[in-house]
Amino acid sequence: MAGRVAIVEVAQISGGDSKDNYYDQAYLVTKEVLAKAGVTKDEVGAVVSSASDIFHGGISCASAYYNEAVVAFLKNSSRQDGESLFALVYGVMRILSGHYDTVLVAGLCKGSENPPNDTCTGMFGDPFYLRPIGMNETVAASYQMRLYMERYGITEEQCAKVAVKNLHNALRNPYAHRKGRYTVDDILNSGRIIDPLTTLQIAPKSEGFVAMLLASEEKAAKLTGKPVWFKGYGSSLDTFHFGDRDLLQGQLKNAAAKAYRMAGLTDPRREIDLAEISEPYAFQELMWYEDLGFCGEGEGGNLIDSGVTRTDGELPVNPSGGVLANNPYVSRGLQRAVEAFLQIRGEAGERQVAKKVKTALVHGTHGFAGQCHAVAILGSQE
Amino acid sequence: MVKEYKTIKTQVALPYEIAYGATWTRFFEGFKERKIYGTKCPQCARILVPARAFCPRCFVDTEDWVEVSQEGSLVSWNYVNYRYFGMPTEPPYVGGLIRLDGTDVGFLHLIGGFGLSDLEEVKKNVKSGMKVRAVWSDERQGNIMDIRYFEPIK
Ligand SMILES: [Zn+2]
Repeated sequence: MAGRVAIVEVAQISGGDSKDNYYDQAYLVTKEVLAKAGVTKDEVGAVVSSASDIFHGGISCASAYYNEAVVAFLKNSSRQDGESLFALVYGVMRILSGHYDTVLVAGLCKGSENPPNDTCTGMFGDPFYLRPIGMNETVAASYQMRLYMERYGITEEQCAKVAVKNLHNALRNPYAHRKGRYTVDDILNSGRIIDPLTTLQIAPKSEGFVAMLLASEEKAAKLTGKPVWFKGYGSSLDTFHFGDRDLLQGQLKNAAAKAYRMAGLTDPRREIDLAEISEPYAFQELMWYEDLGFCGEGEGGNLIDSGVTRTDGELPVNPSGGVLANNPYVSRGLQRAVEAFLQIRGEAGERQVAKKVKTALVHGTHGFAGQCHAVAILGSQE
Repeated sequence: MVKEYKTIKTQVALPYEIAYGATWTRFFEGFKERKIYGTKCPQCARILVPARAFCPRCFVDTEDWVEVSQEGSLVSWNYVNYRYFGMPTEPPYVGGLIRLDGTDVGFLHLIGGFGLSDLEEVKKNVKSGMKVRAVWSDERQGNIMDIRYFEPIK
């Protein structure tokens, strides 16, 4: 990369629901991140936000509603609709342009207010075929899950273990929406609303207002003694027609390869200390392990069985509880970056992992059965 | 769920009128005649169904229209037992991802022709890999539900 970009500070407001409205929450999270960084609104160079019209019935329309709440008034600002990790990389690019030394990146989602996520994701389909046949993200995931289990002999119990782990991790996360001590049987008996999926293997809809302040290397040195560096990024989007796609050989491998190359990682399983990934459906965490190179093809079930991805394991995955614990659909990728930042800085409170985190992977996904993936690598070392 | 704070309930209903375009139009005209059409890519030779104007992989026009088989094999399936906005029929129902014989992509539709009320019974009738066949409505409108469902071939 031409220069280095650091994340200086983060803030988040999340959980099940809040009596505050969207506009005020956007303001509060922005105010918090600027206060932590010791930066005034006038010192913010540019703003990139992530929000979605479908999820908020138009109130966030092209950022018109919340523009000033994220200090974008009179500034160069733009809004990303779709995977929120894209907003992070657009913010990084603003700084790499050399024209700005700070950029505010915000992801805004108030899941407590939107219709069921399935209603919103159903709109991703075309009106001729996918919508009339009843497609949505949960329906898509159910096809993918059965294929995955049958192709590799992954068991329902192994899939359920992801929910057991993540909802348990979430007990230590004050920002999580859904949490608890569940057994594999609890997960499998939580309501078989769309076999092979059960209710607790499907992420809830949650709130997630997240903000981060990015800075150039020079500016970061003035703002913090503990910068977290943006090290690499990759994204990939599969083709539209659901039946055309290989649901077991998706785009995450491609997105990860790009991010690893940019970050100079050659052995991700050993070089990555912690991962915060987006698993809106429990089994997907197992699939994503494979695509990220944490284990071989078809070995995601063995990896969860081994305990390696537990909070006290060699490679903790989703110590926050992940998306199963808190699912602001629009900002869930960016929330993973906030969690990774806190772990790298050793500021994750009760959910801080025991091992030292120097390099972390964050992942966001959007669309049917992981149509879109984005991966970012963050780290404490230059 | 009743919220403990003051809220406003509001709905957005936005009417759209959307062009089918030439390819969807011709594809659904075929449905009226109980025919399923795909298009063939001149470069990778895949037969794509539903028909489309270009091959998404090769980015070239797909000019050859072919009538494809109404039988195929089941790649994956689900048993849907919850109500949701946009559901194609009252639950419970079975959805299927089907590879129609001679084609190179999956085709989404419903699986039926047997009792659907009990998942364990359904599991006796539905297996990945099984052969299925399209069952048409008597009165067809030129839309995807002109096929009522795909039934298992015994
Ligand atoms: Zn082709």
